[in-house]
Amino acid sequence: MNKHKVTKPLSAAGVHLALGGYTLLALFPIILILINAFKSRSGIFDDPLALPNAETFFIGGFEKVIAKSNFMLYFGNSLTVTLVSLALILLFGAMAAWALSEYKFRGNRLLALYMAIGIMVPIRLGTVSILELIVELNLINTLTALVLVYTAQGLPLAIMILSEFISQIPKELKEAARCDGVGEFKIFFQIILPLIRPAVATVAVFTMIPVWNDLWFPLILAPGEETQTVTLGVQQFIGQYVTDWNAVLASLSLAVIPVLIMYTIFSRQLIRGLTSGAVK
Amino acid sequence: MSYGAIPSSPPLTVMDVGFSRRCVPSTTAGSFYFRNIALAMPAMDFVWELAMKRMPWHIAVFLAPAVLLYSVFSALPLLDTLRLGFFTSNDAGQTSFVGLANYITILTDPAWSESFWNAMWNNCKFFLIHLLIQNPIGLILATLLSLKGLKGARHYRTLIFLPTLLSVVIIGFIWQLILSPLWGVSEGLLDKVGLVDYFAPWLGEEGSALITLALISVWQFVGIPMMLIYAALLAVPEDIVEAAHVEGASAWRIFWEIKLPLILPTLGLVTILTFVGNFNAFDLIYSVKGAIAGPNYSTDILGTLFYRTFFGYQSQIGSPTMGAAVATLMFLVILAGVGAYFYFVQRKLTRYEL
Repeated sequence: MNKHKVTKPLSAAGVHLALGGYTLLALFPIILILINAFKSRSGIFDDPLALPNAETFFIGGFEKVIAKSNFMLYFGNSLTVTLVSLALILLFGAMAAWALSEYKFRGNRLLALYMAIGIMVPIRLGTVSILELIVELNLINTLTALVLVYTAQGLPLAIMILSEFISQIPKELKEAARCDGVGEFKIFFQIILPLIRPAVATVAVFTMIPVWNDLWFPLILAPGEETQTVTLGVQQFIGQYVTDWNAVLASLSLAVIPVLIMYTIFSRQLIRGLTSGAVK
Repeated sequence: MSYGAIPSSPPLTVMDVGFSRRCVPSTTAGSFYFRNIALAMPAMDFVWELAMKRMPWHIAVFLAPAVLLYSVFSALPLLDTLRLGFFTSNDAGQTSFVGLANYITILTDPAWSESFWNAMWNNCKFFLIHLLIQNPIGLILATLLSLKGLKGARHYRTLIFLPTLLSVVIIGFIWQLILSPLWGVSEGLLDKVGLVDYFAPWLGEEGSALITLALISVWQFVGIPMMLIYAALLAVPEDIVEAAHVEGASAWRIFWEIKLPLILPTLGLVTILTFVGNFNAFDLIYSVKGAIAGPNYSTDILGTLFYRTFFGYQSQIGSPTMGAAVATLMFLVILAGVGAYFYFVQRKLTRYEL
């Protein structure tokens, strides 16, 4: 099947055929939705695979989504929740990772284990009590509730990844600073924190994507019109306009396009983060 | 090494203030919720006791935000959910201890057990389809991508990974449209290759809905095992492969006898990640099939059952305590899986020092 080196043109062609075929399979559904979102109803049904042309071009679906739903608001909500969660996860995660990997204190290993449980056990299972807690804190239907829960969800894995990263920082750096009488906080914020910037990509891959895409917690903690995220907003919108194909396709495209743009810009860092985080 | 006098571990003598009791959740909000938790969990107190004893204050400051947020919004709610599973609540909202009654109801009362075991069995099928289709495809793709001298590997990798970034909800809707007999896209495509007779509204039929949903999920997430395995394959040292090649080993043999054993730990990791993800799944079924997980509960998995039990549906009123009991059972399933992974797989797998 696979040759050690793809020297023979025939086997190289076979590999390209397999990978290209799978790539097509991976992209086809998304492309199909995108091209049909720009077509009229008859264009969608007469020839789904055709690109929009002068006759079938139609953006009424998008107009309807913009008019009938607060799409920009949902988008802003998703962006706020994701970015604030990511910032908190990175800062607090790095602080904890630094403390756990740098200092020896009683209960260190126990605490590290306690934090690591969250990597394997999904936070969703605690939903009954999380809802109760959010209600008691009067945070229901707020973005704050989502940020708090997502930060708690993302911290365990971030701490693990960042610990690995921090332990690779050369000792000499810290010791030289300590020798000069630099305080522990200054060492962390001015020496360590800037050094872990490359790990940001890895942490971002593992924390941002699940947060951006989540349906469960927005549905349960913040279903109000003002706090809906894109995922929930699209889900509700489609439930309402299920027979309006133009509107459905347009709303799906609006949910997909920002991710495509982000991915086009950051795919390199993203994949590097993913693969470097995976080694070991 | 020139600073011979500097201790390698930081000085531990700085102000022995430690965590003040203020950090303990039981007094932050003063609610019943926290007191319940504090009562239910001497183990947590033990952790705090340990932390309080001799911890320089700067360590406490570094740890406090993460430990507090994680404890209050993740670990303690989880423990509180496990506790709630032993209680029942009446219409007035008062809870009383009932021991294992909720679990006995779920597992043996026909009104409950039928849907529970149905969801459990469906969830197992959902997982097995991922295990047997998603992960092998991921392995094959990763192997092809890691071939030396392959042009365009980066582009394939980037594009195949794309669907994993999209929301499960969006993917669910997209496939629902594609498979819809109303639109006829899949029917038209099958027609072109002469297989149109095999077309059926797969998502709508009891016999095929779950498998179709599982395959949609496989389609979306195949990029994750692919990436993890790909990274592991790249880490296989060049010289070992080169040496085997020089000795005359075929590419096939190099893969099975050198590369595969070296990436076994990654395959184990992929398996357990798939397991946890699948037994915690909800979004796809909910967005395509709703909380009722039709037709006739044939796509019901533990996540949707949990949601219905907690929030209620149609005539049945939701119950937080029964919901908590279902969540606890899910927790036990996941725990059993993770436990099995660590005790059997992880221990048996040899980690080769590279």
